[in-house]
Amino acid sequence: MIETIEFTLNHKSQRLEVDGERKLLWVLRSDMGLTGTKYGCGKGICGACTVLINQRAFRSCQVSVGEINGKDIITIEGLRQSGQLHPLQKAFIEHNALQCGFCTPGMILNAYSLLIEKPRATEAEILTGMNDNLCRCGAHQRIVRAIQSAAREMRR
Amino acid sequence: MEEERAGQFRTEKVEVSFSLDRRQFLKLIGSGIIVFFSTGDLAESQQRPSRPAQELPKDFNAFLRIGEDGRVTCFTGKIEMGQGIITSLAQMLGEELDVPLNRIDMIMGDTDLCPWDMGTFGSRSTKYFGPVLREAAAEARKILIEVASDFLKIPVGRLIVKEGMVIDRSHPDKKASYGQLAIGKRIEKQLDQKPSVKPISAFTLSGKPVGRTDALDKVTGKASYAGDIRLPGMLYARILRPPAHGARVRSVDVTAAEKISGVQVIREGDFIAVLHAQFDGAEKALSLIKANFDEPENKVDDQTIFDHLLRVAPRGDVIEQKGDMERGRGLAALVLEGIYLNRYLAHAPMETHTAMANVEGGKVTVWASTQRPFGAKEEVAQVLGISPKDVRVITPFVGGGFGGKSRNRQVVEAARLAKAVGKPVQVAWSREEEFFYDTFQPSAIVKIKSGLDHSKRIVFWDYEVFFAGERSSQCFYDVPHFRTLSHGSWSGGGNGHPFEVGAWRAPGSNTNTFARESHIDVMASRADMDPVEFRLAHLKDKRMQKVLEVVAKIFGWSSAKALGNRGCGVACAIYLGTYLATMAEVDVNQETGHIQVKRVACAQDMGQIINPEGAKMQMEGCMMMGLGYALTEEIHFKGGEIQDLNFDTYEIPRFSWLPKLEAVLVENPDVPPQGGGEPAIICMGAVIANAVFDATGIRFFELPMTPERVKKAMAEARNKKS
Repeated sequence: MIETIEFTLNHKSQRLEVDGERKLLWVLRSDMGLTGTKYGCGKGICGACTVLINQRAFRSCQVSVGEINGKDIITIEGLRQSGQLHPLQKAFIEHNALQCGFCTPGMILNAYSLLIEKPRATEAEILTGMNDNLCRCGAHQRIVRAIQSAAREMRR
Repeated sequence: MEEERAGQFRTEKVEVSFSLDRRQFLKLIGSGIIVFFSTGDLAESQQRPSRPAQELPKDFNAFLRIGEDGRVTCFTGKIEMGQGIITSLAQMLGEELDVPLNRIDMIMGDTDLCPWDMGTFGSRSTKYFGPVLREAAAEARKILIEVASDFLKIPVGRLIVKEGMVIDRSHPDKKASYGQLAIGKRIEKQLDQKPSVKPISAFTLSGKPVGRTDALDKVTGKASYAGDIRLPGMLYARILRPPAHGARVRSVDVTAAEKISGVQVIREGDFIAVLHAQFDGAEKALSLIKANFDEPENKVDDQTIFDHLLRVAPRGDVIEQKGDMERGRGLAALVLEGIYLNRYLAHAPMETHTAMANVEGGKVTVWASTQRPFGAKEEVAQVLGISPKDVRVITPFVGGGFGGKSRNRQVVEAARLAKAVGKPVQVAWSREEEFFYDTFQPSAIVKIKSGLDHSKRIVFWDYEVFFAGERSSQCFYDVPHFRTLSHGSWSGGGNGHPFEVGAWRAPGSNTNTFARESHIDVMASRADMDPVEFRLAHLKDKRMQKVLEVVAKIFGWSSAKALGNRGCGVACAIYLGTYLATMAEVDVNQETGHIQVKRVACAQDMGQIINPEGAKMQMEGCMMMGLGYALTEEIHFKGGEIQDLNFDTYEIPRFSWLPKLEAVLVENPDVPPQGGGEPAIICMGAVIANAVFDATGIRFFELPMTPERVKKAMAEARNKKS
């Protein structure tokens, strides 16, 4: 059913006439041209499609676009503000916390959500909090270091 | 930070001429100073009869250009899939030409702009491509100095290069930038004789840790992968797939699918696709197709596969032999036999196979996630019945390959559909399709017989490998009588496998290293010797001794048994010229059978090191990825039906598995750079199996060591005791 959905996307208000049952991932990728959000498994297992909804990480392949009415959505494209990289983005670059880069947007946004919830996350909490985001290249150790260093930066 | 960005990855729109002779090439890439060169791959590729003769000039397969803007561009058919050559190749080029990284552009895997290349695999890029790239850059430097001498009226001997400038050594204010020197020039040079390259002692860039030049694009969502290409009027395709390999469509009903507004159905025999302007529109249409299939009889499954493979294995080839096996057997006081098994493995890159094809005026352009863009070009031409020169394949960033993106099935599918509907078409496989059509690492078997004499020396070594191939099967221990036999290869053959198999990161070497290093451990244990001491006693090779000693030191190896459920293991290997030794500590939960790897250290001698940071990243990635095939990864199947189709049952390593990883590079500047994208994964099966033996006294002859297998083995061991 076609619904009118109003929401904030990367700090700008949006209004869409769209079938509310469609998954947010495909609306972002095919309708909005925001291709930084990746398809990885389609079942909410891998985390490549992670976006922020009201500052919390969600799997956009599992979220119906009807559910985001009135919500605030941030994708990887919206994390940098006024040309400034977010501390997590900077830390991922500095720690070389990526290889093929396909899981990276989801990793960064999931870490963002984790650090909002636990600004002083311990290493164990980071491992648990990131556990359902998959990386096949094996950049895990560097990703953990990047998150720890971004957390320090964000607390300042 | 934006300004500092280097090595931009460009897939710019260029006025394309599809006739790729040298004159056309030059026209395409514009003016400037151009050096053509060929790499080791070229000679190899020319021996392949499959390659169309008309396609490309044969005398070079890469080139670089210094443009009027002073930027240096390297054009190469190699692709970037995470392994980091977009950075390390630029580093080698920048070193030799004395140009900062942010003034170098890499154009990779574009079949119109880059000369022919066989593909990106086998850890070959830095090893084979790198040195020639460096020579080409040295040649360009020589040309720049000659041009500058003319331009500045200063003798060649007084000129030096520095940061993109040619400078008078004694009057540094007299100088010209590379851009200035390239203006209005059309200098072409074929690299024919080896110019002198910088000595290592003069390196300012190579050998120094450098961050990835693609990182900024990858953390901002800007990095473009094949599925991110958007063209006006494009359609997304979903394709009907059989439930099992070998199944054929018996009947199909697309009526319900056709009722979806905007859907287009294409049927060419068993190839049935639905297309829609929205990905999920195509997805929905696909779910409405009703199809029945005729499935072939299930001849083999994951229970019977090893017996089956042994039954159908082709005759073995002797890979190497030394001494006299009969004599060796006669010397043995103790003969030990082992049969080592491993399972089908999926590549499971995070990006599924994807391609976007556009047909315009008889020319086809495809953006593809592929490790073999030039192979894709030929395949598309063949299927569409057009000339390869009418096909252009562009490779954006590839989201992981590991050997799995070499077959290009999705590229051909996209091209067929784009031709059929006359619009740009994207084919992006679902995760289920990715597992189903993967070219798995083959299940394989290794049989080893070996003998020890009374002085605890290995006196013979009889090694037979089935379906993993010979890579890393060589016996590098000091054994007087040995023989290595290989039946079949990792690429299939002998009708052994019920589906396609292929190269999986370090093809064959994971199997061979698991078998050899486990068996060496079996012998060390029977000889009642420490496994490191036993290995060192049988090593004459200095490079191997060195890496083993280095890793023992950083790991803090001790021959004392670790406490409780903890245990430590060691494994050594050679992979195509790279030497490595790995140690690991595990904790085995007796109740659940869960193995937690606490730490892994690896020392690697890969010859000269270009980018230590990049090399360590690859090593860490290998160690982490290797936990998967050691502990959980295996494809279950019944005949041609693949039962693991997503990450729920096919478990890959995740954060909670993360051991402390230590990657150490053993510098060896006397040896030219060797490959680093694969070696460190190959010890992971054996090092963990050996550590588990140390922890529990139980020897695992089969990978992966899943909790179920561990629990079962523990129960059996307890029963034996009681």
